[in-house]
Amino acid sequence: MLKRTPLHDLHRQLEARMVDFGGWEMPVQYTGIVQEHLAVRQSAGLFDISHMGEMLVSGPGATEFLNHALTNDIRKLAIGQGQYTLLCQEHGGVVDDLYVYRIDTDEFLMIVNASRIEADWDWLQIRVDHAPTRDGFRLRNASSEYGAVAVQGPAVAQFIDTAIEGGSMGCTLVPGASALKKNEIGAFVFQGASVYVARTGYTGEDGFEVVAPTAAIAPIWRALIEAGAPFGLKPAGLGARDTLRTEMGYPLYGHELTEATTPIEAGLAFFVALDKGDFVGRDVLLRQKAEGVSRRCVTFRMADKSPPPRPGYIVWSADPAAAPIGKVVSGTQSPSLGVGIGMAYVATAMAQPGTALAIEIRGRRFPAAIEKKPLYRRPAARP
Amino acid sequence: MSSIPADLKYAQSHEWVRLQGDIATIGISDHAQHELTDIVFVELPAVGRRIQAGEPCAVVESVKTASDVYAPLGGEVIEVNPNVSGNPGLANTDPYGSGWFFKIKVTNLDEAGALLDADAYRRHLGQEG
Repeated sequence: MLKRTPLHDLHRQLEARMVDFGGWEMPVQYTGIVQEHLAVRQSAGLFDISHMGEMLVSGPGATEFLNHALTNDIRKLAIGQGQYTLLCQEHGGVVDDLYVYRIDTDEFLMIVNASRIEADWDWLQIRVDHAPTRDGFRLRNASSEYGAVAVQGPAVAQFIDTAIEGGSMGCTLVPGASALKKNEIGAFVFQGASVYVARTGYTGEDGFEVVAPTAAIAPIWRALIEAGAPFGLKPAGLGARDTLRTEMGYPLYGHELTEATTPIEAGLAFFVALDKGDFVGRDVLLRQKAEGVSRRCVTFRMADKSPPPRPGYIVWSADPAAAPIGKVVSGTQSPSLGVGIGMAYVATAMAQPGTALAIEIRGRRFPAAIEKKPLYRRPAARP
Repeated sequence: MSSIPADLKYAQSHEWVRLQGDIATIGISDHAQHELTDIVFVELPAVGRRIQAGEPCAVVESVKTASDVYAPLGGEVIEVNPNVSGNPGLANTDPYGSGWFFKIKVTNLDEAGALLDADAYRRHLGQEG
């Protein structure tokens, strides 16, 4: 039996097409992926992300524990700030990628991938067993107590304060959620419930994620729909979430990231603080950074009209003595650009932006080129 | 409710057939285009190719997935629709008209007896639920 989010009945009423996503029954689309994608790029979209996991780490030893378990430097976070980070194995393989927020001096909230909640929890338990100060902190999996929604798009800042009224009571103190800066999180009160609002997302647009007790999720969804409707807000499914993140070159666990790939190979070295002292995976990641890796994750765009690239397709070099050099891990038709785009792991020698490639699709090779991420950039505002 | 014109025949795999003599025009049903949504690429067979009933002979791709289109009848491909490969959205907006895929000269018209009429196709959709 698939797990259901607190918004399941609302998705049904909206006649969403539901799919199995990591053991959860989730809306892949409501009216159409392209329409929902463009709503997020042009005005606003609302996503149910209640399947994602929430884990809390608290206590005087929490900072030290997490800084050793995660790749980014958690000591850089002031109260009310968050960062993208990774959970790695000793050999550098990625257990999960996640967002961690410092919600109090000695308290952290981690937002993890739905499909990795159990793997993360098991791995963190092993880290707890290895921690020198295991009495100094407490780790809690609160995934079943919380749901979350993401409201994303250039118009969102104009209506978020109408839906989530008033100033924050904790974390980053602001007079309204729209005053949060990127990666800041505030604790707000919504209809008596304590909720977190963070200015972050997975679409490349401005926007917020609201994390709240499951009972508050449906009222928050309705409040956002009501406040956002005049601005063009539309419910958006996981299909649009995937095309939006692919245009930005953001990784998705299970595609760009697995236990067999490292953050260095994935092009995420920026989120690995090799200079912060020891942490799990550091030896391997330090060596990879110094000596280089044999393959790299790249973003690419099809050169001409072609079928959309898909995960698993073979990547060939474009030179006359063409050889297979890698494999596509994410691919789709870009709704914003109108061409096929994707991400692939290719041999490092062939991983430079501008490199011509060919993607093998049903036995034929179609030209493509590596391009720096993001593949989509917001058009400059007209004066 | 999807549109199912009464003058066409249908395959269980959601292609439609318009038979005029031994020439069959083929496309995908309104139900199929609705299920696929946002069709972004259509790959058609080469003119002159001989295909057998049930053979995958075209590919239709949505944002999310690629799906095979099967030949409802055997024969030789005599014409393909350049408009639908140039503008794949036609398969969404006009699946029984300008969104047609290809035409074949049917080898054995008896095969048409295995196709569904509109009522049978409607029941088939009901069973798929």
